[in-house]
Amino acid sequence: MKEFSLIFRTSPNPDFNPTPAQMQEMMTGWSNWMGGIAARGQLASSGSRLGIREAKSVGPGGVVSDGPYTEIKEFINGFMTVKVNSVDEAVEIAKGCPMLQGDGNSVEVRRLVAPDDNE
Amino acid sequence: MDERNLIPELYRKEYNKMVSVLCSRFGLPFMDTALDIVSDTFLSAAESWGLKGVPENPTAWLYKVARNKALNAVKHDRIFQTQIRSDLSHDNAQNASGGQNVDIEIDLSPRNITDSQLQMMFAICHPLVPSEAQVSLALRVLCGFTIDEIATTLLTNKGNINKRLFRAKERLREGNIQLALPESAEISSRLDTVLVILYLLFNEGYYSASPDKVLRKDFCLEAMRLAYLLTEYGPTSQPRVHALIALMCFQASRFEARISQSGDMIVYEDQDNTLWDTALINQGNAFFVRASAAGEISRYHFEAAIAWWHTHQSNTREKWENILRLYNHLLIFEYSPMAALNRTYAFSRVYGKEGAIAEAEKLQLSGNLFYHSLLGELYGGVDDGMAIHHFKKALELAGTPPERTLLSNRLSLLTGSAGLPG
Repeated sequence: MKEFSLIFRTSPNPDFNPTPAQMQEMMTGWSNWMGGIAARGQLASSGSRLGIREAKSVGPGGVVSDGPYTEIKEFINGFMTVKVNSVDEAVEIAKGCPMLQGDGNSVEVRRLVAPDDNE
Repeated sequence: MDERNLIPELYRKEYNKMVSVLCSRFGLPFMDTALDIVSDTFLSAAESWGLKGVPENPTAWLYKVARNKALNAVKHDRIFQTQIRSDLSHDNAQNASGGQNVDIEIDLSPRNITDSQLQMMFAICHPLVPSEAQVSLALRVLCGFTIDEIATTLLTNKGNINKRLFRAKERLREGNIQLALPESAEISSRLDTVLVILYLLFNEGYYSASPDKVLRKDFCLEAMRLAYLLTEYGPTSQPRVHALIALMCFQASRFEARISQSGDMIVYEDQDNTLWDTALINQGNAFFVRASAAGEISRYHFEAAIAWWHTHQSNTREKWENILRLYNHLLIFEYSPMAALNRTYAFSRVYGKEGAIAEAEKLQLSGNLFYHSLLGELYGGVDDGMAIHHFKKALELAGTPPERTLLSNRLSLLTGSAGLPG
């Protein structure tokens, strides 16, 4: 078993103003998608959603700036980790992510480095 | 009290308390002696009450006789004399001067009875003892079931139960496990093991295929009584304990409805709703409110919430959407094959059979009885050939007669033939 993180990236979409019913549907979509992964015993960690408030970037020399903001492209808004046999299986899981119904969004699939990896 | 059932009722109610109190006084190594003494006490009661009539306070009589028998045993037990008595002597200083009349007090106050049972619960559910053995020992010592009754309900023979009891007692001895409540720093993790065992104990009764319906219900009620004891003691009265009792109440409310007069299992969809026990459902609600008071969340919270939705009689879409959502949460919190299969069933109730079949086949639980019977259900009306295939697979894996009857009935509905003789 290998572990892969799925990193959720969103891009600004000013035309996207979901109705409460659509928001409910999105929530159900996430619940069923994650529930399905967990039901197959493939969920290593449900990870976290990353908030948009209180975001800061810290650079060398103690330079602190505000942001990132959701206005930027490919803003990371969360991650989770799955355990599967191959990167292809992780990609298959990612394809079902309900977020991909929105244009400009993507799921990045990244292998977690294990202690005995030399790659 | 009905005198015809006096001794069985007292036995069920007092046996475990008497054993716990005696062990609490004389230590866990005394357990076998305590079990003998208490059994012997009931035997004396049967003889004496038969001859002389039932005493005014039968419970007090039992405790007095058990106490005397225990003191007598202590006096004649050499090991006890040489090893254990010296430990006890410091709190009986006035009697420790070598006299033969050891006057050891046994505290029979309700408070001490409860404390002793809690200590015993923690000792039996110690992580050093294998869980199968824990369940048997809990049934014997904490619930007072006879070895015959345990064997009947767990569908095994007396020899196996005796072996499990022996193993459990051996572990308790080897681990030098003391009868004491865990330190406060330890109590939370130790409590988790206790809850797992109580839940197993409940399920042994609830899902047992034993034809003895009364005994099975007693198992469930005993598990609930022990869980209730935990809520009465401050440090263990935690939200997850309340959630577990709520879960048990909601499940037990269907007890009468899920077994037919002939002892066959009746699936949820076919149950007579009027047999659901609303008093138990209400009790479950009260426990669930207490479970939700603090922010803590456990698998029992999710399972209780799922069980709560199952107490709703109407099959609305809302009901199944909520059950599916809760199974999603439960699985994200903690995976188990049974939860994965139940989630798939809920999925079929919301999104239809085809979608659920796709979800089910990704579960990779081939060879699991419930996986095949679920697929049999889901394929029914979609692809009867596949439904028959899966029901036959399930039938090969079914261990108990009620399971086989249920599956044969399902098969015969599909093939149009009469069910196999059950």
